[in-house]
Amino acid sequence: MQAPTPLLQLTGIEKRFGGVVALRGVDFRLHAGEIHGLAGENGAGKSTLMKIIAGVHTDYSGRMELEGRPVRFRSARDALAAGIGMVHQELSIVPELTVAENVLLGAQPTNKLGFVDWRRMMTEAGEHLQSLGISVDVRAPIGALPLGLQQMIEIARVIFSGARIIILDEPTSALSPPEIERLFELLRQLRAQGRSMIFISHFLDDILRICDAVTVFRNGQKVASSAAAIDKMWIIDHMIGAGHQELEESYLGEFQLKSRTEAPVVLEAEDLCLRGAFEDVGLRVHAGEVLGLYGFMGSGQLELTRSLFGKLPPERGRVRIMGKEVRITSTAVAKRAGLAFLPESRRSMLFALEPVYRNISISILERLSRLWVKPATERALAHEQVSALRIRPPNVDLPVGTLSGGNQQKVALARWLTHLPHVLLLNEPTRGMDVGAKEDVVRIVRDLSARGVGVLVASTEPETVLALADRILVMKKGRIVHEFAGEAVSKDRLLAAA
Amino acid sequence: MEGSATKTASSLLPPRAESWFAAQLRNIAPFVTLIFLVALFSIASPSFATLDNLNNILQQISVTGIMAVGLTFVILTAEIDLSVASVANATGVVVAFFTAQDSSVNIANVPLPGWAAIVIAVASSAALGAVTAVGMTIIGIPSFIMTLAMLQIGAGICALLVRGQIAYAVPKLIATLGNGSLGPVPWIIIVAALVLAAAHVVLTYTRFGRYVYMVGGNREAAEYSGVNVRAILAAVMIISALCSGLAGMLGVAHFGSAQQDEFDNYLLDSISAVVVGGTSLFGGQGGIGNTIVGLLVLGVLNNGLDHVNIDSFLKILIRGLILLAALIVNVYAQRLRSRRRAAAS
Repeated sequence: MQAPTPLLQLTGIEKRFGGVVALRGVDFRLHAGEIHGLAGENGAGKSTLMKIIAGVHTDYSGRMELEGRPVRFRSARDALAAGIGMVHQELSIVPELTVAENVLLGAQPTNKLGFVDWRRMMTEAGEHLQSLGISVDVRAPIGALPLGLQQMIEIARVIFSGARIIILDEPTSALSPPEIERLFELLRQLRAQGRSMIFISHFLDDILRICDAVTVFRNGQKVASSAAAIDKMWIIDHMIGAGHQELEESYLGEFQLKSRTEAPVVLEAEDLCLRGAFEDVGLRVHAGEVLGLYGFMGSGQLELTRSLFGKLPPERGRVRIMGKEVRITSTAVAKRAGLAFLPESRRSMLFALEPVYRNISISILERLSRLWVKPATERALAHEQVSALRIRPPNVDLPVGTLSGGNQQKVALARWLTHLPHVLLLNEPTRGMDVGAKEDVVRIVRDLSARGVGVLVASTEPETVLALADRILVMKKGRIVHEFAGEAVSKDRLLAAA
Repeated sequence: MEGSATKTASSLLPPRAESWFAAQLRNIAPFVTLIFLVALFSIASPSFATLDNLNNILQQISVTGIMAVGLTFVILTAEIDLSVASVANATGVVVAFFTAQDSSVNIANVPLPGWAAIVIAVASSAALGAVTAVGMTIIGIPSFIMTLAMLQIGAGICALLVRGQIAYAVPKLIATLGNGSLGPVPWIIIVAALVLAAAHVVLTYTRFGRYVYMVGGNREAAEYSGVNVRAILAAVMIISALCSGLAGMLGVAHFGSAQQDEFDNYLLDSISAVVVGGTSLFGGQGGIGNTIVGLLVLGVLNNGLDHVNIDSFLKILIRGLILLAALIVNVYAQRLRSRRRAAAS
């Protein structure tokens, strides 16, 4: 396996964002015909390194060599021209266009007059996909296809534009087991053709199944790299270092769920429907209970909580909050009824340029003031939350955009803590956070439920749901298909039910 | 190394000063422009830097100023109102339409007592704003298109009411505020100053003002915080129409006539004032302070160019170039900040 010159070699890579060191002294090698796994907690530096390789980040120090020749890419286009392509977690397809147009995007064949030659485009795209063993109607709009297929088509596009090195960022996170099987089939075929792949994933089992070598990152440093046979424990040990018992358990252990509680129901939904998102959903959240909603990406759980909070209200069905029927027509109505919500993306819940205290006070402004704002009161309330949630740095006047991801998430949570809601709806509450911040969020949610708040956690990450929930509902294609309560459940069982 | 070479330009400043500069660029640039223009014209022409001329400049920007106040609200929410000048014109025509005109004026008007004419005029500007608000927030038409339609509708109202004629008389109160003086100070300057001051207080110290900034800063986040975003947008469009209405009534009195196409230059002027002043077209950043500086820049520029004997056709081009420069600074400032934000996250 160990070829004399690696296809791609990075030496002493260092990258800073402002004052924060994201990568320090990282070495990395990738050989031809290798699938190389990258593991590490969020924020460990995997994505930063990949973005350097793919030409997204250009201001770094260190050395990059492609086939022994030093290179320095000035843009992603540059990198692609040199044969390095990246498939991001959020696919960059154009859903309205056909499969063929997506495969040949930017390189459509034209006829003598300069118009797109549709027939040639269809045949070329078809042949290309065929050669990769992907059979699909090239005339279909790509948005209508299952996600797994969309992803394979995107990989096909990257290959079509000449990539020999393909970086895959969390390619399996949104896929069902059979889809993963098909993806791996494709990757093996590409490897047989001599292409190399870098496979970033949180799913260690997936890494172990497909990768020839594994590199582990922690805190911006490469902590281990191995091409020999390794096991999950080896990766986890290196990923988290010693002493993080809790996290270790979350990867391997079984979780004992509580049985259904007798506490009063704070949120009850019946027969909820939103076309294209979810159907016939009924659920109850009890006071002081954390109900988990788990499903693969696109199963409808994230849409369900969003809809309950009045963004794209359900088309049908009834919602009762504290026993009273509420017609939720907008987020303002939902809030007044005692609901609170945090969406999955921090960008859509924070005002990056506004100071921390305004980000916290925004949801309680009408309680604080009728007409005039009261910055002094707002600051005082924000201070309380900042110290209670250990938000760093503890300065309520900083623009929230300058805080780290985990602290931003805490600021967003703090918004709903000064006046407790009846029900807190959380989408992906710990995504993209480091271990410490994750544990803090778990603690905050536990504390809230202890104070009687009903919590509904929707996630596509089994770890998140397992770490937080007292009871778990599994969603599949917009419907609730299984309930776990009062039993021990592991990640495997959860995945199997979805 | 290339990477470090790209950093040198900004590294000349210590990091703290650099971030302060990035944050303040949109505020500093217009102010520097203003000082530069004042200095330039003061040197170029002895008649420029006089008290009389200051009075002139302030009068010249008063009508634009009142309109720009409403636009500031709108632009802070990252929307746009292209109907301001048209609504102003319509309101000015309406107030004249309900006032007794000289017998030489050939308009089938409906003379009413002055207060009634004013109430009707104010109500019609509010109604025009309400239509815009409904179109945007309930039907979901983008503000750019919706207010483009309102621009036409306002022009249509003017055309129908005056039918190519010119009306001169307006109610006494409007005539005084538009054309009278309190001692040496024209009332129109006082009104504009009061409107600007009131708007500043609303935007800075009230809950509504905070919501305006938050909706402009991140609409999705505002919605997810339970802010009634549609109500804020509706209110902002109505405020804009009311400001335009006031500007239109006073403008008609100030110019001494009410007719079609009277305010055509004011749309560009008021948008320029807001943007030149440094209020972000992307919403959430800026305010009345910026608008005041923007107004002064435009006022000094327009007035100063008259003092230095420049080809009046060239003036139009120069104004266009100034606007372009302001837009470049505006967008650049936004990018500088978002880059810092990206670096920090």
